[in-house]
Amino acid sequence: MTGGPRVLIVDDHQLFRAGVRSELEGRVDIAGDAATVEDAVRDIARLAPDVVLLDVHMPDGGGVEVIRRAAAQGDPPRFLALSVSDAAEDVIAVIRAGARGYVTKSISGEELADAVRRVHEGDAVFSPKLAGFVLDAFAGAPAGAALAGGAGDHGTSDDPALDHLTPREREVLRHLARGYLYKEIALRLGISTKTVEAHVSAVLRKLQLSNRHELSRWAVERRLVE
Amino acid sequence: MATSPAPTRPGPVLRRDVEHRMLGGVCAGLARHIGIDPIIVRVAFVAAATAGGVGVAVYLLAWVFLPAGDAPATPVWLRTSRGTIEIAVGIAFLALSVLLTFRAFGLLFSDVIVWPLVLVAAGAALLWRQWLGGGLPGGTVPRAPERTAPGGDTGARAADASAPAKRPALPVAPVTPAGRAALVSRTSLGVALVIAAGIAFLSATGSLSAARDVVLSVLVVAVVLSVIFFPWVLRLVRSLTEERAQRIRSQERAEMAAHLHDSVLQTLALVQQRSDDPRAVAALARRQERELRAWLSRRAPSAGDPPQLAAALETAASEVERDHGVAVEVVAVGDADLDAPGEALVAAAREAMVNAAKFGGGSTVDVYAEALDGEIQVYVRDRGPGFSPDDLPADRRGVRESIVGRMARHGGKGEIHSAPGAGTEVELTLPRSTA
Repeated sequence: MTGGPRVLIVDDHQLFRAGVRSELEGRVDIAGDAATVEDAVRDIARLAPDVVLLDVHMPDGGGVEVIRRAAAQGDPPRFLALSVSDAAEDVIAVIRAGARGYVTKSISGEELADAVRRVHEGDAVFSPKLAGFVLDAFAGAPAGAALAGGAGDHGTSDDPALDHLTPREREVLRHLARGYLYKEIALRLGISTKTVEAHVSAVLRKLQLSNRHELSRWAVERRLVE
Repeated sequence: MATSPAPTRPGPVLRRDVEHRMLGGVCAGLARHIGIDPIIVRVAFVAAATAGGVGVAVYLLAWVFLPAGDAPATPVWLRTSRGTIEIAVGIAFLALSVLLTFRAFGLLFSDVIVWPLVLVAAGAALLWRQWLGGGLPGGTVPRAPERTAPGGDTGARAADASAPAKRPALPVAPVTPAGRAALVSRTSLGVALVIAAGIAFLSATGSLSAARDVVLSVLVVAVVLSVIFFPWVLRLVRSLTEERAQRIRSQERAEMAAHLHDSVLQTLALVQQRSDDPRAVAALARRQERELRAWLSRRAPSAGDPPQLAAALETAASEVERDHGVAVEVVAVGDADLDAPGEALVAAAREAMVNAAKFGGGSTVDVYAEALDGEIQVYVRDRGPGFSPDDLPADRRGVRESIVGRMARHGGKGEIHSAPGAGTEVELTLPRSTA
């Protein structure tokens, strides 16, 4: 026991589960691992982990399906998507399904443990790639300025502010995409790390709730492939 | 849904030409539309007018029904569908006036011939225009790209004037259900017109009953034959479809097998050979990963496309990775065509990557490129030991020149930020040519 968050590893590759387990051992508590969507849903109910490390690509619906069914059975844990794919439609689909973060499988053990802890504390974890996707998806809408007129196209947003990033959020994302860590960003922008985290969480919320055309398109593309 | 901003060929529309009119612009518009001198059309109408006043009636009708030349633009599909019908009507009118003219000159046509011919002309215009004029959307739509660049669809950006076409827009509008419905209705209208012409002719000549007998017997024979041969035809169609699917599948399989041979298997062989050198193995694996990803997402641009900034940076990154055995991650937001200053930017960025790979202490090199509003920015960052700008190591001064100097020569800016223990970041800025 390390006193850290209890983690369930969900991946259909046995080799990879073993690898992640050995990387994380001693850094966080491993509650168990699951190889299929079915097992994952059952283990989430049985073991009640704090954080689920979730593979995006699995038979029978993949990570998105696990999140959906875990949410249906109530009191879901927090999800951190971990995938070898860094295609926009994979990333965006799993984030919109409810994952709190997305990291690629090339991440080091230490960074992964850090990401798990951060997700456990309720923060969002953005890889540089994800930050880039978000900037791309929200591009073409001048921050803040276009709130009045720009939201006409994707009319179903109840809150047009969801479709735009604030200049500060944009700045934070650009630093993430450039490979800066939260505390480095805080230092550079002259704000606290907590504020950086708050900005990233706000972006995550917009990412999940916004009806921006690019986001829905990416998500739909993914669903068609499944 | 926003109406997409007119990705269409400018459909020829029959309109009254108010500018060059004598009366209502009908003749001028018609002439401009078919590309002949208005005087010819006018003579035809006058001739038709002498033939029992038909020309006058036709002219008045056209005046009422044809839109004026500079009417406000209507939505695309509506416009083209109306245009087609208007053309058909116009051709019918022309045929009518020609025939009536002949009659006026004493070459006698009875109404038995005139009206069916007019109907046939209109129907044929409807049908042929669709098939000859490229009106069949299925025939002209090139294969839609599987993955359009993010933001490629201009729909959501239409409201934003500051987002010029930085990505290729979708080349062709997809066939909308509305468009297909219009196509079908136009085709059936044309068919109906031609059939009506045939029936009119037959009934007028009194041979309708004879024709009915013929049609009836043909129908009976057709039904009998189709009942007999139905299973056989069905099987034939099915096996043809299956064979086609099979062929496509095996082609795809062959393509994939060829690719795996050239890339993954090759790399695996190399990995086995060099298993004593972890750095080389890591570099090989990394390069293969990058290549396989690119293949999977099929971002490879087709030969005709201009080279793009993001792709050029990716290429530079993979070369640096291969040469120096350090991971280089590229994140690109937006994209731009690669012009001469853009190439200089990529060269400077490459220099910065090499630098970061050499002096970054083996840390991952992060490259971030943003081509959004007026400028392109590229950041190249390592997490190495860094240095104080005051005591720049001598061996890095030349490199500094080749980054900062090169950017300056192309109207851009290069800056190097570093501090001991904080890594190094190179910031490149290039104003965007808005050509």
